[in-house]
Amino acid sequence: MTSAALRSRAWKLLEMVTTPLLPSDYLDLVSPLRAGADLRGRIEAVHPETGDAATIVIRPGRGWRGHTAGQYVRIGVDVDGVRLWRAYSLTSPTNRQDGRVTITVKAIPDGKVSNHLVRRTKPGTLIQLDQPTGDFVLPQARPAKVLYLTAGSGITPVMGMLRDTEFDDVVMVHCAPRPQDVIFRSELHDLVADKKLRLTEVHTDTDDQLDIARLDELVPDWAERETWACGPAGLLDAAEEHWMEHGVQERLHTERFRPGIVVTGDGGEVTFSATGKTVDADGATPLLDIGEEAGVLMPSGCRMGICFGCVTPLKAGAVRDLRTGEITEAEPGVLIQTCVSAAAGPCDIER
Amino acid sequence: MTAIDPTAHLTAEQIEELGRELDAIRDEVIVSRGEKDAAYIRKVISAQRKLELASRGVLLFSLFPPAWLLGTAGLSVAKIMDNMEIGHNILHGQWDWMRDPKIHSTTWEWDHVSPSEQWKHSHNELHHTYTNVIGKDNDLGYGIMRVDEDQKWHPFHLGQPLWNFLNACFFEYGIAAYDLELGKNLHKRRRNNPEFRARARAVGRKIRKQVLKDYVIHPLLSGPSFLPTLAATFTANLVRNIWTHSVIMCGHFPEGVQVFERRSIKSETRGQWYLRQMMGSANISGSRAMHFMTGNLSHQIEHHLFPDLPSNRYAEVAVKVRALFEKYELEYVTGPLPKQVFSAWHKVFRLSLPNKKPKVKTPDREGELVAA
Repeated sequence: MTSAALRSRAWKLLEMVTTPLLPSDYLDLVSPLRAGADLRGRIEAVHPETGDAATIVIRPGRGWRGHTAGQYVRIGVDVDGVRLWRAYSLTSPTNRQDGRVTITVKAIPDGKVSNHLVRRTKPGTLIQLDQPTGDFVLPQARPAKVLYLTAGSGITPVMGMLRDTEFDDVVMVHCAPRPQDVIFRSELHDLVADKKLRLTEVHTDTDDQLDIARLDELVPDWAERETWACGPAGLLDAAEEHWMEHGVQERLHTERFRPGIVVTGDGGEVTFSATGKTVDADGATPLLDIGEEAGVLMPSGCRMGICFGCVTPLKAGAVRDLRTGEITEAEPGVLIQTCVSAAAGPCDIER
Repeated sequence: MTAIDPTAHLTAEQIEELGRELDAIRDEVIVSRGEKDAAYIRKVISAQRKLELASRGVLLFSLFPPAWLLGTAGLSVAKIMDNMEIGHNILHGQWDWMRDPKIHSTTWEWDHVSPSEQWKHSHNELHHTYTNVIGKDNDLGYGIMRVDEDQKWHPFHLGQPLWNFLNACFFEYGIAAYDLELGKNLHKRRRNNPEFRARARAVGRKIRKQVLKDYVIHPLLSGPSFLPTLAATFTANLVRNIWTHSVIMCGHFPEGVQVFERRSIKSETRGQWYLRQMMGSANISGSRAMHFMTGNLSHQIEHHLFPDLPSNRYAEVAVKVRALFEKYELEYVTGPLPKQVFSAWHKVFRLSLPNKKPKVKTPDREGELVAA
């Protein structure tokens, strides 16, 4: 018998011993980060960056596959006893020697998870992790000239890139309300001093909001540069339009932190048939939120319609995609992304 | 059922007011559920797992009498914790709000021969909805006993003290049979119903796994201690069965608990539903350890009012609920475990013999509510 077959026999026997639980239920008590466990991480340190942002140092479990600079990770954090999932950009370089990774979180007003992470998390806390994902990354072939266009916490995936890969010619334009609000400010200025980066800070409290046309003046050769942009929807929409007008849209790469909700409609009564719960839903709230609020065990992911971690069968009724307004009607085998779908009349979700 | 309805002095309006006050008690707990509660259930689960593992470890050497005693005691407690404070309460959805897939009513499985899915249906949906309604709530004597004067006597009931004792010893099998509604489904016409057969197969699989673990694998792993370990796991199951049976008998069978007629729950309001739960349940008084070992079902009245509130909060809720009983001049049935167990058993013996049918008048509040 091969060793793999032996191992699987032994595991079967172990399962017979631990039934109705699984061997992993016991192993989790002593070694939650071991290989083969559900992917988790342990928070080892929290470093304040600005008044409302902090870098969280995480020791990922053995199953962590590593990330590419610019990617994000979904984490599940228990806030007031309730598990909430959010996605954050990884800010550590991929070659960090101690095996830890960092995310940098900006506390947003009323943000349950972000405020918890920035202000209340203690080292030693276990969190749930997913494998890193996202295609806002650097290409294999190094571009000669690079522009990073960022605002607010949009700097986080770019910081992951800056720390990871050096280029000969890098320009960054970053917007933040005031100098003290610029995350990673001293590290950025060190890079400038070492002549590894040219940086323009736009302080929107004193200057005006960045007018995208000003790029001509700030970065005259912007159209020749491979550009990565991350920030609020307004900035990204303007950038996409601007690059399109100049016919260089293939050089622009953008990352959005939130789904662009464009269409809402009438809601309806939502039934979660597996759990046996029925609640009223409006036409603007994602079904994911509706289900979680009702205590239904909803799978969730990026909460912005990208990762497909939340897909769930639609058994009856119709839902509306909040990004496009498109209506999906129930048919056998129809799956919906609950994080960007709202009720479009009565519907039945198989959860 | 006593001849006088103990709620007769309440008007329909008072009952609805009582319902609103109970809703307020519930809301206070809901908004304050948080990190401490989550830490509590995780601590209990972790302690149970360690205790079970340690006890089974000790039992590997059960040839030595002190190891047998220690291991059997530990395993008995671990099995009781699994069924009561952990399993019963998680399967009620008391911890679903944490959104932890590992501690959730839809994913949990317990150390019991009835699969959690089937138990949830007969317990959560039938018993908790139709609490103490004759003909609707099968928990009233589990279909093998009379526990109220209003239930029809049959010569079969002469043996009910013995049936109850056997049910106590093999309670988990009793529950599995009960969840399968064997009495009804073994009837010729129903026996071949594919849905019933599928459920019966699921129970069969669960029994096989439980038996294999407790009576084959664990004793085999004990080597020369095979027989003592077999005796130990049997004893632990027996202790767990008798304990849970006693606690559950105390919940609805002691003297003073009311039962209801089918027609009395027609168009029942929220307030009336609450009132039925209040009058249809009984508590057990005792120490914190006592409450813990009963899975806080010692707070049966509070549990029946709010089946999905986290069990660690029933003690604080009980203070407020008891004050409401006093305010509305209702009897809060409670007592120490031996007294309540005796009371329940006394009833089982007494009602094994026929009695004169009592005359009961339930006030017609339906008309009253319309008038109000």
